[in-house]
Amino acid sequence: MSDKYVSWGRYPFKNQKGVDLLWRDDQLPVNTNFLPQGNARSYGDCCMNADGMVVSTHNLKHFISFDPETGVLRCEAGVLLKDILDVVEPQGWFVPVTPGTKFVSVGGAVANDVHGKNHHVAGTFGCHVRSFELLRSDGARMVCSPSENPEMFSATIGGLGLTGVIVWVEIQLKKIANSAIDLETIKYSNLNEFFSLSAESDANYEYTVAWIDCLARGEQLGRGHFMRGNHASGNRKKPSRRSLPLTVPIDPPVSLVNAFSLKLMNALYYNRQRTRSKQTIVHYDPFFYPLDGVKNWNRVYGPKGFLQYQFVVPAENSADAIRETLDRISAANCGSFLAVLKVFGDKPSPGMLSFPRPGATLALDFPFQGEKTHALFNQLDEIVVQANGAIYPAKDAHMKPAHFRQYYPNAERFKEFKDPNITSSFWQRVMEPSA
Amino acid sequence: MKKWLIVGATSAIAEATVRVWATRGYSFYLAARDTRKLEIVRQDLQSRGAVRVETGTFAADQFDQLTEVFDQAKTALDGLDGILIAYGTLPDQLHCEQDLELAQKEIRTNALSVIHLCGYAANYFEHRKTGTIAVITSVAGDRGRKSNYVYGAAKGMVGIFLQGLRNRLSSCGVSVLTIKPGFVDTPMTHEFDKTGPLWAQPEIIGEGIAKAVDKRRNVVYLPWFWSFIMLIIKSVPEVIFKRLSL
Ligand SMILES: Cc1cc2nc3c(=O)[nH]c(=O)nc-3n(C[C@H](O)[C@H](O)[C@H](O)COP(=O)(O)OP(=O)(O)OC[C@H]3O[C@@H](n4cnc5c(N)ncnc54)[C@H](O)[C@@H]3O)c2cc1C
Ligand SMILES: NC(=O)c1ccc[n+]([C@@H]2O[C@H](COP(=O)([O-])OP(=O)(O)OC[C@H]3O[C@@H](n4cnc5c(N)ncnc54)[C@H](OP(=O)(O)O)[C@@H]3O)[C@@H](O)[C@H]2O)c1
Repeated sequence: MSDKYVSWGRYPFKNQKGVDLLWRDDQLPVNTNFLPQGNARSYGDCCMNADGMVVSTHNLKHFISFDPETGVLRCEAGVLLKDILDVVEPQGWFVPVTPGTKFVSVGGAVANDVHGKNHHVAGTFGCHVRSFELLRSDGARMVCSPSENPEMFSATIGGLGLTGVIVWVEIQLKKIANSAIDLETIKYSNLNEFFSLSAESDANYEYTVAWIDCLARGEQLGRGHFMRGNHASGNRKKPSRRSLPLTVPIDPPVSLVNAFSLKLMNALYYNRQRTRSKQTIVHYDPFFYPLDGVKNWNRVYGPKGFLQYQFVVPAENSADAIRETLDRISAANCGSFLAVLKVFGDKPSPGMLSFPRPGATLALDFPFQGEKTHALFNQLDEIVVQANGAIYPAKDAHMKPAHFRQYYPNAERFKEFKDPNITSSFWQRVMEPSA
Repeated sequence: MKKWLIVGATSAIAEATVRVWATRGYSFYLAARDTRKLEIVRQDLQSRGAVRVETGTFAADQFDQLTEVFDQAKTALDGLDGILIAYGTLPDQLHCEQDLELAQKEIRTNALSVIHLCGYAANYFEHRKTGTIAVITSVAGDRGRKSNYVYGAAKGMVGIFLQGLRNRLSSCGVSVLTIKPGFVDTPMTHEFDKTGPLWAQPEIIGEGIAKAVDKRRNVVYLPWFWSFIMLIIKSVPEVIFKRLSL
């Protein structure tokens, strides 16, 4: 494993000292500050503790109990969603909420209170957590649930690892008749069309998301592919996985993502579908995890690494804020390789610092180009602040302290639950900036 | 469904292997020295679909405990289809150079005990005319190097013993598998700096072991590229090799 303990975006830090927790009843390191870490699939610095160490749950991979009748699963925090799917999917169960990669740990999914394509019906991952065990740096272990230590439960969900090490988690899985997805892809031509498609699909489709062509401008701004789907009915045959065992085996010396490849990719992708609407049944892997087929794809961005910018803005400001964002990006000539747009539902997130809230969320990828990237992000920040939105810590390496407090008004109250010996590069950046 | 005895069941590589088998609905007898870890592994396999999971304890340097545990497994599961031997230690080479007693003790744990247990298992499977004996040795057993030749000698001894056993048992349908992992990210190597492309995760090794057992392979390097690396290392003439710093 090269770069063990380094975040997925490989920016801002290239190195990280770490230790692995080997067994779930092991003790934590003493006389040092640390940060719990899962599978380091966060892009920015919320899973990093550059001046100290991380305590990785990499080896905490044990299932503790699984009841195939009720779908209640208890497992250690380092178990990946992939491991869960491998075991439960053949038995008719599915993860209740999943991000765009199945290589995240259960602990990481709780600590960032992650969301998926079904947010409008299922809410966040935290909505499906029945209980967990939290190990504090003083060695105390506490079980937290909505009825037991409820405040610590709420602080830890979306709590960015700062309240203690989540040792095990008990979740309620989702019953399915078929893991395959009955998918309709609609090629739509502008932002307004996106919002009407999204509104019309919410009631009848469990999963909705759009990929947008960030290079389209003017009338076509916001055009893209809208995907909506449900689990297929039980009698449909499962399609094959079509997994591509591709790897990016080396570190290219420069980013392979540049203005030219961006134009090409966006144009090819938008036009790959000729008809307006296309109906297919697909394996769950390419639907939920299109990028997992290429191992280490983060390396295509070269040694400088890359950044994501993901924000949510309330419905009343969504269209304007997103239009303005796309305008700024193309004006700065910094097109994003991957731009994903989704409308969140109004199911409340259980975490004190959870990111998802009602409105539209846009996620963008950028190769890191030094000041140019920060300058663009500063412009985007203004839009988000104005629109009363918020930035997602799991993808962030840029957010300003004042903005964090605006986006997360519970931050001050959260301090009460923070473990005194746990810290992260993210936390120091947004809450404890020196001078 | 298949019934396996896993000796050293709390090893990360053994765990990764039996997880593959658990989803296929195998039954297990897990033997290890630490009951607290054993219970964690038992729950894990049970939740992942294993049909039956029994446990027992042993200490590698107590040879009678090894044969006892084998008999208990045989009785508990009503016969065995295979044994996977995974326990081992990674001795501190410099320490072994100063303390010759320690070197002997390490050889006893990593070689003599394994040979004892393999010999016992061989008689059982030979009599049944079916079964698999799978043992984790190491690429370190292919050639002695100054940085870890006590460990290497022990693994090499087991490897040669298994060659003989394979030769003896080939006519009666018993398969003998020698597993030679390269660098694996497990608790055994927790003090190493694990950067670089040669380090593999235990899951890769576990899948490789399950596949090699299915195919009734004789010797397997895991991941596969180690067969090429070792081919090169074995082909360096001794006059040169002795001057290398490896
Ligand atoms: C390709 C890709 C697609 C993605 N798509 C989405 C998406 O659609 N939706 C979404 O919400 N996110 C998405 N993400 C982000 C990802 O889901 C989150 O960053 C997730 O938290 C990563 O989990 P991890 O196990 O890698 O945790 P890490 O990145 O290692 O850690 C994340 C946070 O959790 C804390 N933590 C981890 N384990 C524990 C523990 N045991 N106890 C206490 N704290 C802990 C860490 O301290 C850190 O603050 C995506 C990421 C990638 C790479
Ligand atoms: N990791 C590598 O890079 C690597 C490379 C090549 C070969 N190998 C071999 O792979 C096998 C498995 O190792 P691993 O990497 O999975 O490491 P591991 O997780 O540390 O497993 C080692 C196991 O051996 C057990 N053990 C050690 N001494 C024992 C004794 N005296 N009696 C009983 N059990 C004992 C340990 O028990 P406890 O849990 O109670 O300590 C542990 O379960 C070993 O044979 C090792 O030599 C490993």
